[in-house]
Amino acid sequence: MHIVVCIKQVPDSAQIRVHPVTNTIMRQGVPAIVNPYDLFALEEALRLKDRHGGRVTVLTMGPPQAEDALRKCLTFGADEAILVTDRAFAGADTLATSYALAAAIRNIDRDAAVDLVFTGKQTIDGDTAQVGPGIAKRLDLQLLTYVSRVEQVDIAQRRLRVQRRAEGGVQVLETRLPCLITMLEGTNEMRFASMDNMFRAARCAVRIWDREAAGISDVSKIGLKGSPTVVSKVFAPQARARRAELIEAEGDAPRDLALTLINKLFTRNPKLRDAIVAQPS
Amino acid sequence: MSEPGTPARKGKGKYELDERLQSYKGVWVFVEHERGAVHPVSWELIGEGRKLADQLGVPLSGVVLGAPGLPTRRFCEEAFFHGADHCYLIEDAVLANYRNEPFTRGLTSLVETFKPEILLLGATTQGRDLAGSVATTLKTGLTADCTGLAIDPENRGLAASRPTFGGSLLCTILTLNYRPQMATVRPRVMAMPDRDASRRGTITEHPLGMIETDIVTKVLEYIPDNRQDTPQLPFADIIVAGGRGLKKPENFQLVWDLAMVLGAEVGASRPVVQAGWVEADRQVGQSGKTVRPKLYIAAGISGAVQHRVGMEGADVIVAINNDAGAPIFDFATYGIVGNAMTLLPALTEAFRQHIAMARVAS
Repeated sequence: MHIVVCIKQVPDSAQIRVHPVTNTIMRQGVPAIVNPYDLFALEEALRLKDRHGGRVTVLTMGPPQAEDALRKCLTFGADEAILVTDRAFAGADTLATSYALAAAIRNIDRDAAVDLVFTGKQTIDGDTAQVGPGIAKRLDLQLLTYVSRVEQVDIAQRRLRVQRRAEGGVQVLETRLPCLITMLEGTNEMRFASMDNMFRAARCAVRIWDREAAGISDVSKIGLKGSPTVVSKVFAPQARARRAELIEAEGDAPRDLALTLINKLFTRNPKLRDAIVAQPS
Repeated sequence: MSEPGTPARKGKGKYELDERLQSYKGVWVFVEHERGAVHPVSWELIGEGRKLADQLGVPLSGVVLGAPGLPTRRFCEEAFFHGADHCYLIEDAVLANYRNEPFTRGLTSLVETFKPEILLLGATTQGRDLAGSVATTLKTGLTADCTGLAIDPENRGLAASRPTFGGSLLCTILTLNYRPQMATVRPRVMAMPDRDASRRGTITEHPLGMIETDIVTKVLEYIPDNRQDTPQLPFADIIVAGGRGLKKPENFQLVWDLAMVLGAEVGASRPVVQAGWVEADRQVGQSGKTVRPKLYIAAGISGAVQHRVGMEGADVIVAINNDAGAPIFDFATYGIVGNAMTLLPALTEAFRQHIAMARVAS
């Protein structure tokens, strides 16, 4: 079985800071990581490989340094890594991104037929959850989003059964290979990198594809040109007209502060007080 | 020069909408339902769509896809009660359960036939699954998880705002020379509009043109969640939330203690969920839940945009933080600058006494 896992290198968002005066992002020193949601996809792919054999190819589109993220995936046990990188991809929105990744997967498929494509449910920097469905549509693959469990794969019959997180419940879906799965978080735990795989990752060549190597001839479909959406402005949120009313008490004793707050809160919001008092204890 | 009455204007290097796109008119909201009930986010979007449609001077339509036997006509009626003028309805047996393929086909076919300029969907597992597929089929722009929608006065386009850079800033996104302009909005981000049962509207029916054997993916089973087990943050009246300022996972118990006394749900900021102190279902913010409680108590949460967009719809926000410069004090109602580890137990005790006294008195 040949599985392609699409990943993205993202800045560790917990460490992003905004300059307080200029409102610009301070990128210096923010470490780049593999999008955490993608690791659930990679682990699931590796488990399928453990069970059914085959190989796992990791794929990303990004700047040259995204190679580090691919190498990380190799240490976990991916067999092959491909970086699609070209200045022509700059400024891509989700529609243009899915075009480029779909083209690359078609290219991979020509080499060795692809049975399954995995992505994380979304990235932590864009948070859109749109690229997975976009790739599936472009490749005419069955789409299974928010999958919490791959129950069964029958390679001979080319059938697959999964559990999918739906609104208010879980759908058990059966579909046909090839298909694209976006994996829900918390569904598995990433294995440790083995010593063997770490050595292999260090030696293994990441394949670098520019636009042409990725099989893309139409430049109007990629990058800024291929993106229907444009960012018209970036801004910091407005402070409310009034800042918080600060609760103070003499000596700042916690008990006095608490009483002052409750007094103000309940005097001005009597309905809230009634609701709290009336709740069953 | 643009024609009178056309959406685009030239000048200042502005774009002019392609002639073929000028026929796209009207605002649509996808009405999402599961197990015979409409998801409330659809009515929230009908409320927001109403404002956009009024500003543009165009009709507002709901889109309902479902199988015969489901109360789809009642859903249309409810859409009218919440503010829609019109509904598009596709009824077909293959639409009995949500599945990507037939729903994508149905919604795409409606858009291609009736050409709306704006299409809004809830950012739920169903809405996001569908929106990405429909936008890619139509080759148009889609903006995810918007926290604000407005009409750009320059070009009458949809100006969709959302957090960016991991939720540290906001950005506004336009879809210029493509139609429809698509956006998803998370539940509870927009206010629920008033329901007026005297409102009426019209329905246009449309065929799907698919049969079951066309559809590859089958729904074998649907296992409903046990509601008691899952936190219901989006609709909670009172939420006590904790963040990194609590320093240690053990200290998060102080949040639970206060929540217990108030009959509140427990929420958390992203860092402590990522650190594994609390289950992911309790995360409040752009990558978690959006909430609109009557009272939100934030302990040890700095109030980054990421968190703020998920909770600033609360009626009253109480912030406890030892950093007087924390952004949360810019938008909280009440602030206490101090140590959450000592203030939380003090609040728990003071609320407990107050409630006990009030009960004795009544």
